[in-house]
Amino acid sequence: MSAVATEALLRVESLSKVYATNDGPVRALDQVSLTAQRGQFLSILGPSGCGKSTLMMITAGLVSPSSGAVIVEGERVTRPRTDIGIVFQSPVLLDWRTALENVLLQAEARNLDRAAAQGKARSLLAQVGLAGFENKFPHELSGGMRQRVSICRALVHEPHQLLMDEPFGALDALTRDQIALDLQKLWSDRQMTVLFVTHSIAEAVFLSDRVVVMTPRPGRIDRVIDIDLPRPRTLAVRDTPAFAAYNRQIRDIFLASGVLREH
Amino acid sequence: MQPIDPKAVLGCEPQRLTIEQVEVRVQQAQTLRDRRARIAGILYPALVVIATLVLWESATHLIAIPAYILPPPSQIAAVMYEKLPLLLRHGWVSTTEIVLGFLLSVVVGIPLALATFLWPAFARSVYPLLVSSQAVPKMAVAPLFIVWFGFGLMPKVFIAFLIAFFPIVINTVVGLAAIEPEKIHLARSMGLSGAATFFKIRLPNALPSIFGGLKIAITLAVVGAVVGEFVGGDAGLGYLLMSANGSMDTPLLFAGLVGLTLIGIVLFMLIEIAERLAIPWHTSTRNPGGGESL
Repeated sequence: MSAVATEALLRVESLSKVYATNDGPVRALDQVSLTAQRGQFLSILGPSGCGKSTLMMITAGLVSPSSGAVIVEGERVTRPRTDIGIVFQSPVLLDWRTALENVLLQAEARNLDRAAAQGKARSLLAQVGLAGFENKFPHELSGGMRQRVSICRALVHEPHQLLMDEPFGALDALTRDQIALDLQKLWSDRQMTVLFVTHSIAEAVFLSDRVVVMTPRPGRIDRVIDIDLPRPRTLAVRDTPAFAAYNRQIRDIFLASGVLREH
Repeated sequence: MQPIDPKAVLGCEPQRLTIEQVEVRVQQAQTLRDRRARIAGILYPALVVIATLVLWESATHLIAIPAYILPPPSQIAAVMYEKLPLLLRHGWVSTTEIVLGFLLSVVVGIPLALATFLWPAFARSVYPLLVSSQAVPKMAVAPLFIVWFGFGLMPKVFIAFLIAFFPIVINTVVGLAAIEPEKIHLARSMGLSGAATFFKIRLPNALPSIFGGLKIAITLAVVGAVVGEFVGGDAGLGYLLMSANGSMDTPLLFAGLVGLTLIGIVLFMLIEIAERLAIPWHTSTRNPGGGESL
Protein backbone atom coordinates (compact mmCIF):
# COMPACT_ATOMS: atom_id res chain seq x y z
CA MET A 1 0.00 0.00 0.00
CA SER A 2 1.24 3.43 -0.86
CA ALA A 3 1.47 6.27 1.64
CA VAL A 4 -1.45 8.06 0.02
CA ALA A 5 -3.81 5.17 0.53
CA THR A 6 -3.22 5.04 4.27
CA GLU A 7 -3.23 8.79 4.82
CA ALA A 8 -6.06 9.88 7.08
CA LEU A 9 -8.31 12.17 5.11
CA LEU A 10 -10.55 12.96 8.01
CA ARG A 11 -9.78 12.97 11.70
CA VAL A 12 -12.32 13.44 14.44
CA GLU A 13 -10.49 14.37 17.64
CA SER A 14 -12.23 13.76 20.98
CA LEU A 15 -15.39 15.43 19.82
CA SER A 16 -18.08 16.22 22.37
CA LYS A 17 -21.42 17.89 21.85
CA VAL A 18 -23.79 19.04 24.55
CA TYR A 19 -27.11 20.73 23.79
CA ALA A 20 -28.51 23.22 26.28
CA THR A 21 -32.24 22.64 26.80
CA ASN A 22 -34.85 23.88 29.25
CA ASP A 23 -34.52 20.58 31.09
CA GLY A 24 -30.78 21.02 31.45
CA PRO A 25 -27.87 19.97 29.27
CA VAL A 26 -28.23 16.95 26.99
CA ARG A 27 -25.10 15.00 26.06
CA ALA A 28 -25.19 14.02 22.40
CA LEU A 29 -21.56 13.00 21.83
CA ASP A 30 -18.91 12.08 24.39
CA GLN A 31 -15.27 12.28 23.27
CA VAL A 32 -15.65 10.63 19.90
CA SER A 33 -12.43 10.07 17.94
CA LEU A 34 -12.11 8.39 14.60
CA THR A 35 -10.23 8.55 11.33
CA ALA A 36 -11.30 7.90 7.79
CA GLN A 37 -8.82 6.99 5.06
CA ARG A 38 -9.02 8.38 1.59
CA GLY A 39 -11.40 6.33 -0.54
CA GLN A 40 -12.83 4.48 2.42
CA PHE A 41 -16.47 3.62 2.92
CA LEU A 42 -17.07 4.25 6.60
CA SER A 43 -20.35 3.61 8.35
CA ILE A 44 -21.43 5.01 11.66
CA LEU A 45 -23.85 2.55 13.17
CA GLY A 46 -25.90 3.09 16.28
CA PRO A 47 -29.37 3.29 17.80
CA SER A 48 -31.61 6.33 17.40
CA GLY A 49 -30.51 9.25 19.52
CA CYS A 50 -26.88 8.13 19.81
CA GLY A 51 -25.67 11.35 18.23
CA LYS A 52 -24.59 9.82 14.94
CA SER A 53 -26.46 12.45 12.93
CA THR A 54 -24.92 15.14 15.11
CA LEU A 55 -21.51 13.66 14.36
CA MET A 56 -22.22 13.91 10.66
CA MET A 57 -23.49 17.47 10.92
CA ILE A 58 -20.35 18.48 12.82
CA THR A 59 -18.22 16.74 10.22
CA ALA A 60 -20.02 18.77 7.54
CA GLY A 61 -19.28 21.95 9.50
CA LEU A 62 -23.02 22.65 9.81
CA VAL A 63 -23.04 22.26 13.60
CA SER A 64 -20.21 23.41 15.83
CA PRO A 65 -18.75 20.99 18.39
CA SER A 66 -18.84 21.82 22.11
CA SER A 67 -15.29 20.57 22.39
CA GLY A 68 -12.80 18.72 20.22
CA ALA A 69 -12.26 19.19 16.51
CA VAL A 70 -12.77 17.80 13.04
CA ILE A 71 -9.65 17.95 10.87
CA VAL A 72 -9.88 17.45 7.13
CA GLU A 73 -6.66 17.23 5.13
CA GLY A 74 -4.75 18.95 7.92
CA GLU A 75 -7.23 21.77 8.38
CA ARG A 76 -9.65 22.30 11.21
CA VAL A 77 -13.30 22.59 10.18
CA THR A 78 -14.75 25.87 11.45
CA ARG A 79 -17.51 26.64 8.95
CA PRO A 80 -19.83 24.77 6.58
CA ARG A 81 -17.74 22.66 4.23
CA THR A 82 -18.46 23.08 0.56
CA ASP A 83 -16.03 20.38 -0.61
CA ILE A 84 -18.52 17.60 0.14
CA GLY A 85 -21.71 16.07 -1.15
CA ILE A 86 -24.43 15.63 1.41
CA VAL A 87 -27.54 13.41 1.48
CA PHE A 88 -30.12 13.63 4.25
CA GLN A 89 -32.75 11.14 5.37
CA SER A 90 -35.38 13.10 3.44
CA PRO A 91 -34.54 13.96 -0.17
CA VAL A 92 -34.89 17.74 0.46
CA LEU A 93 -35.82 18.46 -3.15
CA LEU A 94 -37.22 21.79 -4.25
CA ASP A 95 -40.82 21.13 -5.35
CA TRP A 96 -40.71 23.80 -8.06
CA ARG A 97 -37.74 22.26 -9.86
CA THR A 98 -37.65 19.15 -12.03
CA ALA A 99 -35.37 16.24 -11.16
CA LEU A 100 -32.71 17.60 -13.50
CA GLU A 101 -33.04 21.17 -12.20
CA ASN A 102 -32.77 19.91 -8.63
CA VAL A 103 -29.47 18.21 -9.47
CA LEU A 104 -28.32 21.35 -11.28
CA LEU A 105 -28.95 23.52 -8.20
CA GLN A 106 -25.57 22.23 -7.00
CA ALA A 107 -23.94 23.45 -10.21
CA GLU A 108 -25.70 26.82 -10.04
CA ALA A 109 -24.54 27.36 -6.47
CA ARG A 110 -20.95 26.71 -7.54
CA ASN A 111 -21.10 28.57 -10.87
CA LEU A 112 -20.11 25.45 -12.78
CA ASP A 113 -20.33 25.43 -16.55
CA ARG A 114 -24.00 24.77 -17.21
CA ALA A 115 -23.68 22.66 -20.34
CA ALA A 116 -21.05 20.39 -18.80
CA ALA A 117 -22.99 20.11 -15.55
CA GLN A 118 -26.14 19.23 -17.44
CA GLY A 119 -24.35 16.41 -19.25
CA LYS A 120 -22.99 15.11 -15.97
CA ALA A 121 -26.37 15.39 -14.25
CA ARG A 122 -28.11 13.48 -17.04
CA SER A 123 -25.55 10.70 -16.96
CA LEU A 124 -25.76 10.45 -13.15
CA LEU A 125 -29.56 10.25 -13.29
CA ALA A 126 -29.26 7.54 -15.93
CA GLN A 127 -26.81 5.61 -13.74
CA VAL A 128 -29.35 5.41 -10.90
CA GLY A 129 -32.13 4.36 -13.26
CA LEU A 130 -33.81 7.71 -13.72
CA ALA A 131 -33.30 8.14 -17.47
CA GLY A 132 -36.55 9.54 -18.84
CA PHE A 133 -37.49 11.10 -15.51
CA GLU A 134 -35.25 14.18 -15.85
CA ASN A 135 -38.16 16.54 -16.43
CA LYS A 136 -40.49 15.14 -13.77
CA PHE A 137 -41.28 17.19 -10.71
CA PRO A 138 -40.68 15.70 -7.24
CA HIS A 139 -44.40 15.10 -6.66
CA GLU A 140 -44.42 12.89 -9.77
CA LEU A 141 -41.63 10.66 -8.40
CA SER A 142 -41.72 7.85 -5.83
CA GLY A 143 -39.84 8.15 -2.53
CA GLY A 144 -36.97 6.00 -3.81
CA MET A 145 -36.68 8.04 -7.00
CA ARG A 146 -36.58 11.28 -5.03
CA GLN A 147 -33.76 9.98 -2.86
CA ARG A 148 -31.86 8.94 -6.00
CA VAL A 149 -32.21 12.48 -7.33
CA SER A 150 -30.78 13.80 -4.06
CA ILE A 151 -27.82 11.41 -4.37
CA CYS A 152 -27.18 12.68 -7.91
CA ARG A 153 -27.30 16.23 -6.59
CA ALA A 154 -24.67 15.33 -4.00
CA LEU A 155 -22.35 13.92 -6.67
CA VAL A 156 -22.70 16.23 -9.68
CA HIS A 157 -19.81 18.46 -8.57
CA GLU A 158 -17.58 15.40 -8.07
CA PRO A 159 -16.79 15.81 -4.37
CA HIS A 160 -14.08 13.71 -2.76
CA GLN A 161 -16.28 13.07 0.23
CA LEU A 162 -19.90 12.07 0.48
CA LEU A 163 -21.75 12.42 3.78
CA MET A 164 -25.00 10.47 4.10
CA ASP A 165 -27.34 10.69 7.07
CA GLU A 166 -29.60 7.60 7.14
CA PRO A 167 -30.26 8.11 3.44
CA PHE A 168 -32.31 4.92 2.99
CA GLY A 169 -34.21 5.17 6.27
CA ALA A 170 -37.53 6.06 4.66
CA LEU A 171 -37.39 3.51 1.82
CA ASP A 172 -38.91 0.06 1.51
CA ALA A 173 -36.69 -3.04 1.75
CA LEU A 174 -36.40 -3.81 -1.98
CA THR A 175 -35.69 -0.20 -2.88
CA ARG A 176 -33.06 -0.11 -0.15
CA ASP A 177 -31.31 -3.13 -1.64
CA GLN A 178 -31.28 -1.64 -5.13
CA ILE A 179 -30.15 1.81 -4.03
CA ALA A 180 -27.39 0.26 -1.88
CA LEU A 181 -26.11 -1.58 -4.96
CA ASP A 182 -26.32 1.67 -6.96
CA LEU A 183 -24.40 3.50 -4.24
CA GLN A 184 -21.67 0.82 -4.16
CA LYS A 185 -21.25 1.24 -7.92
CA LEU A 186 -21.14 5.04 -7.76
CA TRP A 187 -18.61 4.85 -4.94
CA SER A 188 -16.31 2.33 -6.63
CA ASP A 189 -16.35 4.33 -9.89
CA ARG A 190 -15.16 7.42 -8.06
CA GLN A 191 -12.92 6.33 -5.20
CA MET A 192 -14.39 8.92 -2.90
CA THR A 193 -14.62 8.74 0.86
CA VAL A 194 -18.10 8.02 2.17
CA LEU A 195 -19.33 8.68 5.67
CA PHE A 196 -22.56 6.72 5.98
CA VAL A 197 -24.80 7.08 9.01
CA THR A 198 -27.22 4.20 9.51
CA HIS A 199 -29.03 2.10 12.10
CA SER A 200 -29.13 -1.01 9.91
CA ILE A 201 -26.47 -3.59 10.78
CA ALA A 202 -26.83 -5.46 7.48
CA GLU A 203 -26.65 -2.27 5.44
CA ALA A 204 -23.50 -1.12 7.26
CA VAL A 205 -21.77 -4.49 6.82
CA PHE A 206 -22.82 -4.78 3.18
CA LEU A 207 -21.56 -1.35 2.14
CA SER A 208 -18.62 -0.55 4.39
CA ASP A 209 -14.89 -1.03 4.64
CA ARG A 210 -15.14 -0.04 8.28
CA VAL A 211 -18.07 0.13 10.68
CA VAL A 212 -17.95 2.39 13.72
CA VAL A 213 -20.40 1.04 16.29
CA MET A 214 -21.73 3.60 18.75
CA THR A 215 -23.24 3.29 22.22
CA PRO A 216 -26.65 4.69 23.12
CA ARG A 217 -26.81 8.29 24.36
CA PRO A 218 -24.46 9.87 25.06
CA GLY A 219 -22.81 8.65 21.87
CA ARG A 220 -19.43 7.07 22.38
CA ILE A 221 -17.53 4.74 20.09
CA ASP A 222 -18.08 1.19 21.26
CA ARG A 223 -16.09 -0.72 18.65
CA VAL A 224 -14.53 -0.20 15.24
CA ILE A 225 -14.88 -3.20 12.94
CA ASP A 226 -13.10 -3.58 9.61
CA ILE A 227 -15.20 -5.46 7.08
CA ASP A 228 -13.05 -7.68 4.95
CA LEU A 229 -15.41 -8.93 2.27
CA PRO A 230 -14.48 -9.04 -1.41
CA ARG A 231 -15.73 -6.29 -3.70
CA PRO A 232 -17.80 -5.66 -5.67
CA ARG A 233 -20.30 -7.16 -3.26
CA THR A 234 -23.39 -8.81 -4.66
CA LEU A 235 -26.61 -9.46 -2.76
CA ALA A 236 -25.47 -13.08 -2.41
CA VAL A 237 -22.65 -11.94 -0.12
CA ARG A 238 -25.31 -11.63 2.55
CA ASP A 239 -25.72 -15.41 2.54
CA THR A 240 -22.04 -16.08 3.25
CA PRO A 241 -20.76 -17.21 6.67
CA ALA A 242 -18.36 -14.25 6.79
CA PHE A 243 -21.23 -11.78 6.39
CA ALA A 244 -23.24 -13.58 9.06
CA ALA A 245 -20.24 -13.51 11.38
CA TYR A 246 -19.91 -9.72 11.07
CA ASN A 247 -23.65 -9.34 11.63
CA ARG A 248 -23.46 -11.50 14.73
CA GLN A 249 -20.43 -9.66 16.06
CA ILE A 250 -22.24 -6.30 15.85
CA ARG A 251 -25.49 -7.71 17.18
CA ASP A 252 -23.60 -9.02 20.19
CA ILE A 253 -22.21 -5.54 20.82
CA PHE A 254 -25.73 -4.11 20.80
CA LEU A 255 -26.93 -6.94 23.07
CA ALA A 256 -24.08 -6.21 25.47
CA SER A 257 -24.75 -2.46 25.53
CA GLY A 258 -28.48 -3.01 26.03
CA VAL A 259 -29.55 -1.56 22.68
CA LEU A 260 -31.07 -4.95 21.88
CA ARG A 261 -32.75 -7.14 24.51
CA GLU A 262 -33.77 -10.78 24.06
CA HIS A 263 -36.01 -10.79 27.17
CA MET B 1 -64.59 -31.37 -0.51
CA GLN B 2 -66.38 -30.66 -3.72
CA PRO B 3 -64.48 -28.44 -6.15
CA ILE B 4 -66.22 -25.09 -6.43
CA ASP B 5 -68.04 -24.61 -9.69
CA PRO B 6 -67.68 -20.95 -10.68
CA LYS B 7 -70.69 -21.23 -12.94
CA ALA B 8 -72.91 -22.23 -10.01
CA VAL B 9 -71.66 -19.34 -7.88
CA LEU B 10 -71.78 -16.64 -10.53
CA GLY B 11 -74.89 -17.92 -12.28
CA CYS B 12 -73.14 -17.73 -15.62
CA GLU B 13 -69.84 -18.53 -17.30
CA PRO B 14 -67.07 -16.43 -15.63
CA GLN B 15 -65.81 -13.66 -17.88
CA ARG B 16 -62.26 -14.13 -19.03
CA LEU B 17 -61.02 -10.71 -20.09
CA THR B 18 -57.51 -9.97 -21.20
CA ILE B 19 -55.63 -7.36 -19.20
CA GLU B 20 -55.93 -4.99 -22.19
CA GLN B 21 -59.72 -5.27 -22.10
CA VAL B 22 -59.74 -4.68 -18.33
CA GLU B 23 -57.45 -1.70 -18.81
CA VAL B 24 -59.83 -0.09 -21.31
CA ARG B 25 -62.82 -0.71 -19.03
CA VAL B 26 -61.14 0.75 -15.93
CA GLN B 27 -59.90 3.78 -17.84
CA GLN B 28 -63.34 4.43 -19.34
CA ALA B 29 -64.99 4.09 -15.94
CA GLN B 30 -62.54 6.59 -14.47
CA THR B 31 -63.11 9.07 -17.31
CA LEU B 32 -66.83 8.76 -16.75
CA ARG B 33 -66.45 9.30 -12.99
CA ASP B 34 -64.26 12.37 -13.59
CA ARG B 35 -66.78 13.83 -16.02
CA ARG B 36 -69.66 13.21 -13.60
CA ALA B 37 -67.70 14.84 -10.77
CA ARG B 38 -66.99 17.89 -12.94
CA ILE B 39 -70.63 18.21 -13.96
CA ALA B 40 -71.77 17.75 -10.36
CA GLY B 41 -69.33 20.47 -9.27
CA ILE B 42 -71.20 22.97 -11.45
CA LEU B 43 -74.68 21.47 -11.43
CA TYR B 44 -75.23 21.00 -7.67
CA PRO B 45 -74.45 24.57 -6.57
CA ALA B 46 -76.40 25.89 -9.59
CA LEU B 47 -79.41 23.82 -8.56
CA VAL B 48 -79.18 25.09 -4.98
CA VAL B 49 -79.03 28.70 -6.21
CA ILE B 50 -81.99 28.19 -8.56
CA ALA B 51 -84.02 26.46 -5.85
CA THR B 52 -83.27 29.28 -3.40
CA LEU B 53 -84.29 31.91 -5.96
CA VAL B 54 -87.52 30.07 -6.80
CA LEU B 55 -88.36 29.67 -3.11
CA TRP B 56 -87.53 33.32 -2.47
CA GLU B 57 -89.57 34.51 -5.45
CA SER B 58 -92.65 32.47 -4.56
CA ALA B 59 -92.40 33.29 -0.84
CA THR B 60 -92.41 37.03 -1.47
CA HIS B 61 -95.52 36.65 -3.63
CA LEU B 62 -97.34 34.11 -1.47
CA ILE B 63 -96.80 35.81 1.89
CA ALA B 64 -96.97 39.21 0.17
CA ILE B 65 -93.78 40.53 1.71
CA PRO B 66 -93.49 44.24 0.87
CA ALA B 67 -90.66 45.05 -1.53
CA TYR B 68 -89.05 47.49 0.93
CA ILE B 69 -88.45 44.54 3.30
CA LEU B 70 -87.55 41.74 0.87
CA PRO B 71 -87.92 42.34 -2.86
CA PRO B 72 -88.34 39.26 -5.07
CA PRO B 73 -85.30 38.26 -7.15
CA SER B 74 -87.13 39.18 -10.35
CA GLN B 75 -87.49 42.76 -9.13
CA ILE B 76 -83.80 42.91 -8.15
CA ALA B 77 -82.87 41.65 -11.60
CA ALA B 78 -85.13 44.25 -13.20
CA VAL B 79 -83.53 47.03 -11.12
CA MET B 80 -80.05 45.78 -12.01
CA TYR B 81 -80.93 45.90 -15.68
CA GLU B 82 -82.65 49.27 -15.43
CA LYS B 83 -79.93 50.95 -13.37
CA LEU B 84 -76.96 49.21 -14.93
CA PRO B 85 -75.09 52.44 -15.81
CA LEU B 86 -75.52 53.68 -12.22
CA LEU B 87 -74.35 50.34 -10.78
CA LEU B 88 -71.39 50.20 -13.15
CA ARG B 89 -70.32 53.73 -12.25
CA HIS B 90 -70.44 53.10 -8.50
CA GLY B 91 -69.06 49.60 -8.96
CA TRP B 92 -66.09 51.02 -10.79
CA VAL B 93 -65.39 53.44 -7.93
CA SER B 94 -65.54 50.61 -5.38
CA THR B 95 -63.35 48.37 -7.52
CA THR B 96 -60.73 51.10 -7.81
CA GLU B 97 -60.69 51.58 -4.03
CA ILE B 98 -60.49 47.83 -3.37
CA VAL B 99 -57.72 47.22 -5.89
CA LEU B 100 -55.67 50.23 -4.76
CA GLY B 101 -56.12 49.26 -1.10
CA PHE B 102 -55.09 45.70 -1.88
CA LEU B 103 -52.05 46.77 -3.92
CA LEU B 104 -51.00 49.13 -1.14
CA SER B 105 -51.24 46.30 1.39
CA VAL B 106 -49.06 44.11 -0.85
CA VAL B 107 -46.52 46.89 -1.41
CA VAL B 108 -46.34 47.66 2.32
CA GLY B 109 -47.13 44.22 3.77
CA ILE B 110 -44.50 42.12 1.98
CA PRO B 111 -41.52 44.42 2.72
CA LEU B 112 -42.79 44.71 6.31
CA ALA B 113 -42.83 40.92 6.52
CA LEU B 114 -39.34 40.67 5.01
CA ALA B 115 -38.02 43.20 7.53
CA THR B 116 -39.76 41.35 10.35
CA PHE B 117 -38.24 38.08 9.23
CA LEU B 118 -34.72 39.25 8.39
CA TRP B 119 -34.23 41.70 11.24
CA PRO B 120 -35.13 40.30 14.69
CA ALA B 121 -34.73 43.69 16.42
CA PHE B 122 -37.30 45.15 14.02
CA ALA B 123 -39.60 42.21 14.68
CA ARG B 124 -39.36 42.67 18.45
CA SER B 125 -40.06 46.39 18.31
CA VAL B 126 -42.71 46.56 15.58
CA TYR B 127 -44.57 43.26 15.78
CA PRO B 128 -46.54 44.10 18.97
CA LEU B 129 -47.59 47.39 17.34
CA LEU B 130 -48.73 45.54 14.22
CA VAL B 131 -50.83 43.20 16.31
CA SER B 132 -52.41 46.06 18.26
CA SER B 133 -53.18 47.86 14.99
CA GLN B 134 -55.45 44.90 14.27
CA ALA B 135 -57.14 45.09 17.65
CA VAL B 136 -58.40 48.61 16.82
CA PRO B 137 -61.91 48.39 15.36
CA LYS B 138 -61.52 49.63 11.79
CA MET B 139 -65.09 50.96 11.75
CA ALA B 140 -64.08 53.35 14.54
CA VAL B 141 -61.02 54.59 12.68
CA ALA B 142 -62.96 55.29 9.49
CA PRO B 143 -64.40 58.70 10.62
CA LEU B 144 -60.89 59.79 11.60
CA PHE B 145 -59.60 58.91 8.14
CA ILE B 146 -62.42 61.01 6.62
CA VAL B 147 -61.23 63.96 8.74
CA TRP B 148 -57.63 63.44 7.67
CA PHE B 149 -58.04 62.55 4.01
CA GLY B 150 -61.40 64.06 3.00
CA PHE B 151 -64.36 62.42 1.30
CA GLY B 152 -62.59 61.19 -1.82
CA LEU B 153 -60.81 57.99 -2.79
CA MET B 154 -57.96 58.11 -0.26
CA PRO B 155 -59.70 57.30 3.05
CA LYS B 156 -61.39 54.23 1.49
CA VAL B 157 -58.09 53.01 0.06
CA PHE B 158 -56.44 53.46 3.46
CA ILE B 159 -59.16 51.62 5.35
CA ALA B 160 -59.04 48.77 2.84
CA PHE B 161 -55.26 48.73 3.28
CA LEU B 162 -55.46 48.80 7.07
CA ILE B 163 -57.67 45.69 7.10
CA ALA B 164 -55.98 43.81 4.27
CA PHE B 165 -52.26 44.16 4.98
CA PHE B 166 -52.22 42.16 8.20
CA PRO B 167 -52.88 38.66 6.79
CA ILE B 168 -50.27 39.36 4.11
CA VAL B 169 -47.66 40.18 6.75
CA ILE B 170 -48.53 37.21 8.94
CA ASN B 171 -48.69 34.67 6.11
CA THR B 172 -45.46 35.92 4.54
CA VAL B 173 -43.58 35.72 7.85
CA VAL B 174 -44.99 32.26 8.57
CA GLY B 175 -44.14 31.10 5.05
CA LEU B 176 -40.57 32.36 5.24
CA ALA B 177 -40.01 30.79 8.65
CA ALA B 178 -41.59 27.44 7.77
CA ILE B 179 -38.75 25.71 5.98
CA GLU B 180 -37.09 22.39 6.76
CA PRO B 181 -33.70 23.05 8.37
CA GLU B 182 -32.20 20.52 5.91
CA LYS B 183 -32.90 22.86 3.01
CA ILE B 184 -30.83 25.55 4.68
CA HIS B 185 -28.09 23.03 5.60
CA LEU B 186 -28.04 21.88 2.00
CA ALA B 187 -27.71 25.44 0.71
CA ARG B 188 -24.79 26.12 3.06
CA SER B 189 -22.97 22.95 2.07
CA MET B 190 -23.37 23.98 -1.58
CA GLY B 191 -21.79 27.32 -0.78
CA LEU B 192 -24.96 29.14 -1.84
CA SER B 193 -24.80 32.78 -0.69
CA GLY B 194 -27.32 34.17 1.78
CA ALA B 195 -29.09 36.20 -0.91
CA ALA B 196 -29.17 33.28 -3.34
CA THR B 197 -30.51 30.97 -0.61
CA PHE B 198 -33.27 33.48 0.03
CA PHE B 199 -34.30 33.93 -3.58
CA LYS B 200 -33.73 30.39 -4.83
CA ILE B 201 -35.04 28.47 -1.83
CA ARG B 202 -36.70 30.40 0.98
CA LEU B 203 -38.89 32.76 -1.04
CA PRO B 204 -40.30 30.17 -3.48
CA ASN B 205 -40.83 27.93 -0.46
CA ALA B 206 -42.96 30.69 1.11
CA LEU B 207 -45.07 31.42 -1.99
CA PRO B 208 -47.97 29.06 -1.16
CA SER B 209 -48.35 30.70 2.23
CA ILE B 210 -48.02 34.21 0.72
CA PHE B 211 -50.78 33.45 -1.78
CA GLY B 212 -52.95 32.22 1.09
CA GLY B 213 -52.47 35.66 2.66
CA LEU B 214 -53.27 37.44 -0.59
CA LYS B 215 -56.56 35.56 -0.92
CA ILE B 216 -57.64 36.57 2.58
CA ALA B 217 -56.46 40.13 1.93
CA ILE B 218 -58.52 40.63 -1.25
CA THR B 219 -61.75 39.65 0.51
CA LEU B 220 -60.92 41.93 3.45
CA ALA B 221 -60.11 44.82 1.08
CA VAL B 222 -63.72 44.64 -0.17
CA VAL B 223 -64.96 44.97 3.42
CA GLY B 224 -62.58 47.87 4.07
CA ALA B 225 -63.64 49.87 1.02
CA VAL B 226 -67.35 49.41 1.81
CA VAL B 227 -66.80 50.47 5.43
CA GLY B 228 -65.08 53.62 4.14
CA GLU B 229 -67.96 54.35 1.77
CA PHE B 230 -70.51 53.85 4.56
CA VAL B 231 -68.86 56.46 6.75
CA GLY B 232 -68.47 59.23 4.23
CA GLY B 233 -68.39 59.89 0.53
CA ASP B 234 -70.58 60.30 -2.51
CA ALA B 235 -69.63 57.35 -4.68
CA GLY B 236 -69.13 53.60 -4.60
CA LEU B 237 -71.49 50.68 -4.06
CA GLY B 238 -71.26 51.12 -0.26
CA TYR B 239 -72.49 54.70 -0.66
CA LEU B 240 -75.24 53.44 -3.02
CA LEU B 241 -76.33 50.90 -0.38
CA MET B 242 -76.55 53.60 2.27
CA SER B 243 -78.51 56.02 0.09
CA ALA B 244 -80.84 53.24 -1.16
CA ASN B 245 -81.40 52.27 2.45
CA GLY B 246 -82.13 55.88 3.37
CA SER B 247 -84.83 56.12 0.70
CA MET B 248 -86.21 52.66 1.49
CA ASP B 249 -85.24 51.54 -2.04
CA THR B 250 -84.54 47.97 -0.94
CA PRO B 251 -84.46 46.51 -4.48
CA LEU B 252 -81.59 48.89 -5.32
CA LEU B 253 -79.89 47.95 -2.04
CA PHE B 254 -79.99 44.30 -3.08
CA ALA B 255 -78.74 45.19 -6.54
CA GLY B 256 -75.74 46.90 -4.90
CA LEU B 257 -75.13 43.83 -2.74
CA VAL B 258 -75.12 41.59 -5.79
CA GLY B 259 -72.65 43.97 -7.45
CA LEU B 260 -70.29 43.88 -4.43
CA THR B 261 -70.48 40.10 -4.30
CA LEU B 262 -69.59 39.85 -7.99
CA ILE B 263 -66.62 42.21 -7.53
CA GLY B 264 -65.40 40.13 -4.58
CA ILE B 265 -65.69 36.85 -6.47
CA VAL B 266 -63.99 38.14 -9.62
CA LEU B 267 -61.06 39.63 -7.68
CA PHE B 268 -60.64 36.44 -5.66
CA MET B 269 -60.60 34.39 -8.84
CA LEU B 270 -57.96 36.67 -10.35
CA ILE B 271 -55.70 35.95 -7.34
CA GLU B 272 -56.36 32.23 -7.78
CA ILE B 273 -55.36 32.42 -11.44
CA ALA B 274 -52.18 34.25 -10.49
CA GLU B 275 -51.50 31.53 -7.91
CA ARG B 276 -51.92 28.79 -10.48
CA LEU B 277 -49.48 30.55 -12.78
CA ALA B 278 -46.95 31.27 -10.04
CA ILE B 279 -46.91 27.94 -8.18
CA PRO B 280 -48.21 25.20 -10.48
CA TRP B 281 -46.08 22.73 -8.51
CA HIS B 282 -47.94 23.22 -5.26
CA THR B 283 -50.63 20.85 -4.00
CA SER B 284 -53.09 23.71 -3.41
CA THR B 285 -53.21 24.33 -7.16
CA ARG B 286 -53.34 20.69 -8.27
CA ASN B 287 -56.52 18.60 -8.61
CA PRO B 288 -58.91 20.74 -6.59
CA GLY B 289 -61.20 18.40 -4.69
CA GLY B 290 -58.52 15.78 -4.36
CA GLY B 291 -58.30 12.69 -6.52
CA GLU B 292 -55.83 9.91 -6.72
CA SER B 293 -52.26 10.59 -7.71
CA LEU B 294 -49.19 8.42 -7.91
